[in-house]
Amino acid sequence: MAKTSTAPRRLVKSDHLLSIADLSPAEIGALLDLADNYADSTRKGDRHGKVLKGLTQINLFFENSTRTQSSFELAGKRLGADVLNMAVSASSLAKGETVLDTAMTLNAMRPHLLIVRHQSSGAVELLAQKVSCAVINAGDGQHEHPTQALLDALTIRRHLKRLEGLTVAICGDIAHSRVARSNIALLSKMNVRLRLIAPPTLLPSGAENLGAEIFTDMREGLKGADVVMMLRLQLERMNGSFIPSAREYYRFFGLDQEKLAIANKGALVMHPGPMNRGVEIDSIVADGVQSVIREQVEMGVATRMAVLDALSRNLDTSSKARE
Amino acid sequence: MAKNTANASQRRAFVNARLFDPARQLDQTGGVLIEDGIIKWIGAAVTRASLPEGTDITDVKGSLLVPGLIDMRVFTGEPGTEHRETLQTASRAAAAGGVTSIVIQPNTQPVMDDASIVDFILRRAQDTADVRVYPMAAITQDLAGEKMTEFGLLKEAGAIAVTDAVGSVRNSKLLSRAMKYAGNFNLLLVQHVEDFDLAGGVMHSGESATRLGLPGIPAAAELIALERDIRLVEMTGAPYHAAQLSCAASLDVIRHAKARGLPVSCGVSINHLTLNEHDIGAYRTFFKLSPPLRCEDDRKALVAGVADGTIDVIVSSHDPQDADTKRVPFSEAAFGAIGLETLLSAGLSLVHSEQLSLERLIEAMTDAPARLLNIQGGRLEQGVEADLAIVDMTAPWVVDADLLKSASRNTTFEARAFEGRVTETIVGGSSVYRLSNN
Repeated sequence: MAKTSTAPRRLVKSDHLLSIADLSPAEIGALLDLADNYADSTRKGDRHGKVLKGLTQINLFFENSTRTQSSFELAGKRLGADVLNMAVSASSLAKGETVLDTAMTLNAMRPHLLIVRHQSSGAVELLAQKVSCAVINAGDGQHEHPTQALLDALTIRRHLKRLEGLTVAICGDIAHSRVARSNIALLSKMNVRLRLIAPPTLLPSGAENLGAEIFTDMREGLKGADVVMMLRLQLERMNGSFIPSAREYYRFFGLDQEKLAIANKGALVMHPGPMNRGVEIDSIVADGVQSVIREQVEMGVATRMAVLDALSRNLDTSSKARE
Repeated sequence: MAKNTANASQRRAFVNARLFDPARQLDQTGGVLIEDGIIKWIGAAVTRASLPEGTDITDVKGSLLVPGLIDMRVFTGEPGTEHRETLQTASRAAAAGGVTSIVIQPNTQPVMDDASIVDFILRRAQDTADVRVYPMAAITQDLAGEKMTEFGLLKEAGAIAVTDAVGSVRNSKLLSRAMKYAGNFNLLLVQHVEDFDLAGGVMHSGESATRLGLPGIPAAAELIALERDIRLVEMTGAPYHAAQLSCAASLDVIRHAKARGLPVSCGVSINHLTLNEHDIGAYRTFFKLSPPLRCEDDRKALVAGVADGTIDVIVSSHDPQDADTKRVPFSEAAFGAIGLETLLSAGLSLVHSEQLSLERLIEAMTDAPARLLNIQGGRLEQGVEADLAIVDMTAPWVVDADLLKSASRNTTFEARAFEGRVTETIVGGSSVYRLSNN
């Protein structure tokens, strides 16, 4: 790999990004600063095509996700990486190939950056133990989705100029959400006052020990919130197993104008997408002036550029150390 | 076990041993003389000087000499998944752990729900196994929880108890009938206590599971099943054994049942006495067990439960799994860990750390299971079959999965440093294991 005389500074200690739990507050701050720069420079039309030049990035998605995959693809391409998308169809798993088989096969192709999404918690970590490239968790089961939490934090920071001391309410299916877990981990590290709002059936066991205030009444939970972060409710949870119906859910836990008015004036409305309009969020709110949902998508690309850049710096030094 | 009969006709003796048998409240320095596979003479008077000419004498230099351990929960892969474990490899693992009798669980392929399978296992054991093998047959056909098996014929074929292995009989009416029917044949009914609907997770329900994003199994899954079962014992009066308990609250249920005079007993695995949910760390699938490892408070309560006799037996719950079933994401991985070879050493760690007396530890792995299952062994006394283990109580060793005798590697104690190790195991007077010094 080309060695530059002024090698960029290391931003994170770890060789992989598997969970927010592995990052220190300083590392989170450094990643957000870099992402902030990428967001600004991209808006200005700058080209960054040399940062990852000559590096191979494979997006390995065991679970479909058009958005996250495109975001990582675009981030890699903007930085000049050669990007390959691999959708592992259900058929190859049906043939008996395991996660580790797939990982070893790809590893033999010597990629530098491997972006992985998998439907099982911990699967990305398992895979990272077996490959020699940098691994980024693009969502594993109900465990973590660290780049989503980073892009959410960046979006908040750009609007409200800080994270510390803010009150953020996360509402919806906390129990099954990796987005919620990563956000809880990141925002607690950054001294945000966290609130979790959900019906009791969608709160995970031990939620009271996660460092957040718990609310089962959305109106109570929204009082004084600076940010309202909505979560997607999966269709299979609405059929009477966790909640009786989508319409009842919308009535009590859907974010509409009336409920949003209870939060602080100008509170940000966020959603990781894709949204169920009329289930967890009203269209008027989703498309309203307080919504930063589309900006989250933009920050997603900038954040992933920052993460790819940061991990590639470690890759560079560690591969040199090995030689 | 029939292999080394040549030895058995000779006289063999161990002297200078700490003879230890909780069943007889025996704890003294002395020796044992074995003749024709039987304990001929035991006690303080058995010394090098007092033994007859021509006896093969081993001076064990103060090592512990205990009845051979009886492990009433052992899974093998024979028949069906022999690559994980055969009766032969399981028996070698047992011998290396001082275990002289193993009770085989019925979830083989095909399931041990028919006298012919019991017969097959006993014949294979006769030909290949180094320790005594006792089959525990299925309660329901194909372990499906729907129709009872032929308890009478299974018993005639050699089954010593019935269980649905890793499954709980869900239908209360069927279970009550099975209890009555098994009781009539004097077969102990052993139940895995877990409510089917509340289970379905992969680890203890709580903060750790939430942080790992893994579905949990609440303590109530065990409690509800256990309390229901005990109501059925009350109704039927038949003996009942809960295979493995995992939570503190279950002990109250058992205490209460025993106080009411119900014929209830229970076991615990060595894993649940020595590990907790935090050992799972970053998705370590070898620690995925059923019932799941729970909190440290639960672990302490279980140890206290063994100490005060609420828990009757300790088992290894030896369950060999291979890379195909364990080197996969946690949710997809199989439950279970091997444990025959580390059972006693892990137990001794509780003794060395003064959490449990040596007397209760040994009793729960010798006399208690022998009495529950109504099988021989578990005692050191004149005239019984010579099944025993010699244990160097202070020998340090570090577990290396690659050196274990089991055909599988899924130990929860990899790289764990233990103090205390089996140096020789005797089954029916024959040496089936001897620790090499290198």
